[in-house]
Amino acid sequence: MKSLQALALLIVVFSASPLWAVQPDEMLSDPTLETRARALSKELRCMVCQNESIDDSEAPLAHDLRVLVRERIKAGDSDRQVLDFLVARYGEFVLLKPRLSWHTAALWGLPPGLLLAGIVMLYVAGRRRDGMPGSPEPANLTAAERARVAELLRNDTAP
Amino acid sequence: MIPELGHYALMLALGLALIQGTMPIVGTRTNDAALMSIAVPAAIAQFAFVAMAFIALAACYVTSDFSVFNVYENSNSQMPLIYRLTSIWGNHEGSMMLWVSILAFFGALVAVFGGNLPPVLKANALAVQACIAAAFELFILTTSNPFLRIANAPLEGRDLTPILQDPGLAFHPPMLYLGYVGFSIAFSFAIAALIEGRIDAAWARWVRPWALGAWMCLTLGIAGGSYWAYYELGWGGFWFWDPVENASLMPWLAGTALLHSAVVMEKRGALKVWTILLAILTFSLSLIGTFLVRSGVLTSVHAFATDPTRGIFILGILVVFIGGALALYAWRAPMLKQGGLFAPISREGALVFNNLFLTTACATVFVGTLYPLALQALTGDKISVGPPFFNATFGPLFIPLLAVMPFGPLMGWKRGDLVGAAQRLLAAAILAGLSVVAASAIERRGPALAPFGVGIAVFVMAGAITDVAERTLFMRVPLRVALARAAGLPRSAWGTAFAHFGIGMTLLGIVGVTAWGSERLAEIRIGDSLDIAHYRLTLDGLFNRPGPNYRDLVGHFTVRRMNGELVGTMEPSRRTFPSRNMAITQAALMSRGLSQIYLSLGDPTKDGVVPVRLYFKPQVLMIWFGAAFMFVGGGLSLSDRRLRVGAPRPAKAKPKATLQPAE
Repeated sequence: MKSLQALALLIVVFSASPLWAVQPDEMLSDPTLETRARALSKELRCMVCQNESIDDSEAPLAHDLRVLVRERIKAGDSDRQVLDFLVARYGEFVLLKPRLSWHTAALWGLPPGLLLAGIVMLYVAGRRRDGMPGSPEPANLTAAERARVAELLRNDTAP
Repeated sequence: MIPELGHYALMLALGLALIQGTMPIVGTRTNDAALMSIAVPAAIAQFAFVAMAFIALAACYVTSDFSVFNVYENSNSQMPLIYRLTSIWGNHEGSMMLWVSILAFFGALVAVFGGNLPPVLKANALAVQACIAAAFELFILTTSNPFLRIANAPLEGRDLTPILQDPGLAFHPPMLYLGYVGFSIAFSFAIAALIEGRIDAAWARWVRPWALGAWMCLTLGIAGGSYWAYYELGWGGFWFWDPVENASLMPWLAGTALLHSAVVMEKRGALKVWTILLAILTFSLSLIGTFLVRSGVLTSVHAFATDPTRGIFILGILVVFIGGALALYAWRAPMLKQGGLFAPISREGALVFNNLFLTTACATVFVGTLYPLALQALTGDKISVGPPFFNATFGPLFIPLLAVMPFGPLMGWKRGDLVGAAQRLLAAAILAGLSVVAASAIERRGPALAPFGVGIAVFVMAGAITDVAERTLFMRVPLRVALARAAGLPRSAWGTAFAHFGIGMTLLGIVGVTAWGSERLAEIRIGDSLDIAHYRLTLDGLFNRPGPNYRDLVGHFTVRRMNGELVGTMEPSRRTFPSRNMAITQAALMSRGLSQIYLSLGDPTKDGVVPVRLYFKPQVLMIWFGAAFMFVGGGLSLSDRRLRVGAPRPAKAKPKATLQPAE
C-alpha cells in the first residue's frame, strides 16, 4: 500500500519548487564542518513537510533551517548546542529522534522493556515446565513402559 | 451499462459473502453438513462476482469511459494501455477493489484446494474469510464506490498522477496486497481453530503454505516498492521509515515470526497458542496498515486523499475484527492444549529467540509509528519519530537476531549442541572476521561500526552455506555423494538456506550503501565534468524528447573511467506532464557490478546551468537481490512435498510396479 497513490504528495512537494535539497551554495567549505551539518540535518524535521528531514526536503523552510544549522556550526556551536537552539526556537517537534523525557519514556522504554519482559516470561515458563511431571527427561519411565516404547518403535512403519 | 453491471456484481458478491459468513458457522454448531457445505460453492461464486466487478472496472479504464467518475479522475486516453490498466489501483476506490478481489481470490483458492481439510475447520475458516470480505465489500459500496457516474461525461480524463506512471505501479501494489491479504487465510484458520476450540500440529501444516505464499509476495512487494522509491524520487533513498512503509514492514516482521513458530508447531506440536496469536496479529497488522493508509490519520509522504467517513468505517472494521479476534483468543486460548517440551538450547529454543526479537522489533516499529499520534491525542504534545529513532532502536534488535541466525538450523530439535554448532560455524566466523579486517582496510571512511555490519552479513551468508555443507557432508565425502545428498535434501532445507543467505545479502547492501556511498551535488554547464568513485561523467548536451503524454528534457552524459576508457552513457531527464502541469525527475542508473551510479537532474536555469545530483551507491543491488533470494527460498520451501496442499500421498506401490520384469 506504500508508495501507491501516496507518492502523490511527494511529487507535489518536488515539483512545486525548483529548489534542490542541499544546494551546492549552502555547503560549507570546511568538509569536517559540512559533514557535521549533514549529520545534524538528517536528525531535524522539516516542519512543513510530511516526515522529511531538512536534509531531504526541498521546501524553502528546510533551506532556511539548513543555512541556520550551518551558521550555528560556523559560530562554533557543538552539535548539542545546535539542537538545543533549534528546540528552543521550534519545539521538540523539530527533532526526528525525540529526547528521552517523561512523555517519551514509553517510546524509548518499550523495545528494551518488551525484550526483557519476553525473556522473563520465557524463563518463568521454563522453570514451571521443569517442575512439572513429564519434563523433557524421559528417565522416569518404568521398565514396563520402556518395553512398550520399544515395541511401539519396532512396529512403527516409516512415515 | 458495464459500470452498472460491475456495481451490481459487487452487491451480489456482498450477498453471497453474507451467506458464506453465517450459514457454515450455523452448520458447524448444529452439525448440519448441508449448511457447512455451502461454504465452498459460495466462496467460488463470491470470487466470480468480485472478479466480474473488477473486470467491469478494468473495462471502463481500458475503453477510457470518462462518464465513470473514478476513470475521469485517474486516467487519460493518451496514456499507454499498461498505465490505463495500472491506474485501476492507482487510486483509493480501485485499490480497495483490488484488495477485495485478492481477498475473494484467496477464499476461492481455499475452497478449491482445501479438499483434504477437516470439514468443520474448512467451513469455519471460509466463513471467517467471508466475514472479512463482506465488511470490505460493504465499505466499497457505501463509501468508496468506483462505479459512480458523471451526468455529463467529460471528453478527457484528468490523468494519473505522473509519479505513478511507472512500471512500478504494475508490480508493487498487487504484490503487496497479495502479501497483506494472503495473511487473511492464516487469520481465518486461526479464528476457525479458536471457534472450534481444537488445534493440532496439522493446523500448522495447512496454514504454513498460505502464510509462506503471502510472505513471499509481501517480501517482493516491499522490495519492489523500495526499488521504485529508490529510482523514482531522484536521490536514491531505499527506505525512509515512513509510516506507510512501516505499515508494510510490521506484517512482514510478524509474518516472518509466524512462519518460524509454525515450523515448531508443525514439527514438534509446541508453541500452538503463540502461533495462533501470531496468525491473528499478522493479519491485524495488515488491517491496521490499510487503516493507516486509507484513513489518513497519519501525515506521511504517502498520505493521499482522505475522507473521515472512510476512516471511521475502516476503524470500525478494525475494532470488530481485531478486537473480536483477540477477545476470542483470550477466551479460548487457555483451553488449547500445549505440547512438545524442549530444552532452551535447541532448534525450538532458537526459533523462540527468533520470535522474541522479531516481535519486539515489530512492536518497536508499531510504537514508533503510532506514538506521536497517541501522544498528541492524549497530551497535545507534538513530537516527531523519524528515521534516527528507528535506526537507533531497530538496528540493535536486528543485529543480535542476525548474529544468532546461523546457529538455528544447525541445532537439533528438542536438545541442541551449542558447542557443536559453534564448531561447525568456525569457518564462517573466521571468514566474517577476515571480512571485518578487509572492510576496515579498504574503506577508511565511514562509521567505525560499518565493518562489523559487513562481518555479520558475511557470517549470515557463510552460515547459510555451512548449513547446506553440513547436511550434504560436503568435503567429507566424495563430491558425487555430496551432490547426491544435496539433491536429496528436503526443499525446505534449501529454502531456509536461500532465505537466510538473502537476509545476509540485504544487510550487506544496506551497510555498503549507507556507510560508503558517495554524493556530489553541483551546478554544471554543457561540457563540464564531475568525478565520483572511479568514474568521470561529462555533460555532452541537453535535448528534448517527446513521449506519449509527456515531454522529456534529457541530459546526455558520457561516463568514463579515470584513465579515459569509455564506460557508457547516461540520460537522466526532467519529465513534464502537460495534463497536470507537473514535472518529475527521471534519474538515470548505471549498474557497475552490484554497485550503481545514480544521476538525476534539476530544472536547468535560463543561462544553461544544470543542477545535478550524482551518487555512487556501492553494493546497493544486494539489497534487492537479497529480497529475491528470500523469495526463492520461500518458493523452494513451498514446493516441499510435505507442504504442498492437496498433494497426493506418495504412491508406495508404484516403484514396485516399475521393478517388475519386462517380459
